[in-house]
Amino acid sequence: MSRRTVLSSDDIRRAITRISHEVLEQNRGVDNLLLLGIPTRGIQLATRIAQVIKEHSSTDVSVGSLDVTMYRDDLSDQPTRVVGITNIPTSGVSGKAVVLVDDVLFSGRTIRAALDALNDHGRPAAVRLAVLVDRGHRQLPIRADYVGKNLPTALTERISVKLEEVDGVDEVVIED
Amino acid sequence: MLSASDLAKPQIIEVLDLAHEMSDVNEREIKKLPTLRGKTVVNLFFEDSTRTRISFELAAKRLSADVINFAAKGSSVSKGESLKDTAQTLEAMGADAIVLRHGSSGSAYRLAHSGWVQSAVINAGDGSHEHPTQALLDAMTIRQALVTNPIGSDLSGKKVLIVGDISHSRVARSNLILLKALGATVATCGPATLVPRSLEPSGGIFYSLDKAIDEFAPDAVLMLRIQSERMEASFFPTEREYSRVWGMNSERLSRLGDSAIVLHPGPMNRGLEIDAASADSPKSKILDQVQNGVAVRMAVLFHLLAGDKGEKS
Repeated sequence: MSRRTVLSSDDIRRAITRISHEVLEQNRGVDNLLLLGIPTRGIQLATRIAQVIKEHSSTDVSVGSLDVTMYRDDLSDQPTRVVGITNIPTSGVSGKAVVLVDDVLFSGRTIRAALDALNDHGRPAAVRLAVLVDRGHRQLPIRADYVGKNLPTALTERISVKLEEVDGVDEVVIED
Repeated sequence: MLSASDLAKPQIIEVLDLAHEMSDVNEREIKKLPTLRGKTVVNLFFEDSTRTRISFELAAKRLSADVINFAAKGSSVSKGESLKDTAQTLEAMGADAIVLRHGSSGSAYRLAHSGWVQSAVINAGDGSHEHPTQALLDAMTIRQALVTNPIGSDLSGKKVLIVGDISHSRVARSNLILLKALGATVATCGPATLVPRSLEPSGGIFYSLDKAIDEFAPDAVLMLRIQSERMEASFFPTEREYSRVWGMNSERLSRLGDSAIVLHPGPMNRGLEIDAASADSPKSKILDQVQNGVAVRMAVLFHLLAGDKGEKS
């Protein structure tokens, strides 16, 4: 099994900084902005984006998490999944510009589930998608608005994103 | 899901954590998840019940499953149809899970292990044997009220006193197993005729509620209902004497610790095992129990029906 690191901790930091600026630019500030991380590692990424935005505009951005397990379309093909935490700020999602944050964009099915889940929480003014890695192989018409790194991969390869808060180290590796 | 003993500690905590998540769903505007769309849950109730049946029904509906309610009264059971035939008939109509409440102990086990049906079987109370989902919701309520960070925690160090008719109570039996697995110390209390020694609770057996409150100092007191339908003999002289020695009242309530809570599985006999003042006091978590009941049952249905485990439990 080969294993190579494709993003170092510096690469990840730069990618997050760039995404944060793009989010700010497109949203024209932090008004109405809500970052929702998809468990597990989307939560840490969303928190980091919020930190960068705070450093640059000295305003707090609302951050939450959105678990999509109950909305997945592949539940019956797999062993029971562990359900993560959903934590939507009390002001809700209605009327907000929601940015969904996830670590890897692959088939697009997680994001499909996230859109359905979001729908049950209210009606956002807009929904955008930020991912650290886009590895291709989409099965649904979904694309990311902010991408840390495009990584063309083979289907047999496994991409794993490791983050300091969860895994003790910042890196993205490809295994096959 | 037949007995509280089917679950090991990590699984119990997983179910309680999931139930905690599910209770958020019950508070938002759209109280529905698409998870069990297309699955059918049958509530097969051979005994009367309000909260367990409605709670299971709501839980299944919140997860988008189709629910069929079956009450033995007014069905072919009154024409003499057996449990086996009734269950097989319902399964032939496409049931994925059967929630069974039956007056005979062991009926859920029989249904699940006899090969009569392939569907998942959930025990919603069998005679005086077990009522595992009730124990789960009691544990969830205790954890919510007494543990600062409930997610992922057990109940180690917590003292729970179960008061009343332990012998005939499926709620007590399931709770003794489940609370012990979660690390709590459990004591029982009640008339000597209704408290079996064989259960050997870790916190001991008391024959007077006053003594139990003073010596055991429980964090949570679980009052059981005096089940007149299961009383074939006189186990205590009169209802008034029962309420005087073993009933919860405001005086006893005030002697409990400040953070202590009182639970009751319902339906309450107000004035018998619990007086109105205690039932409505802030220490009483009886309505929280009902709320948590829906969440716990959603968690159980999710675990049994959502994955591709192909196993029956």
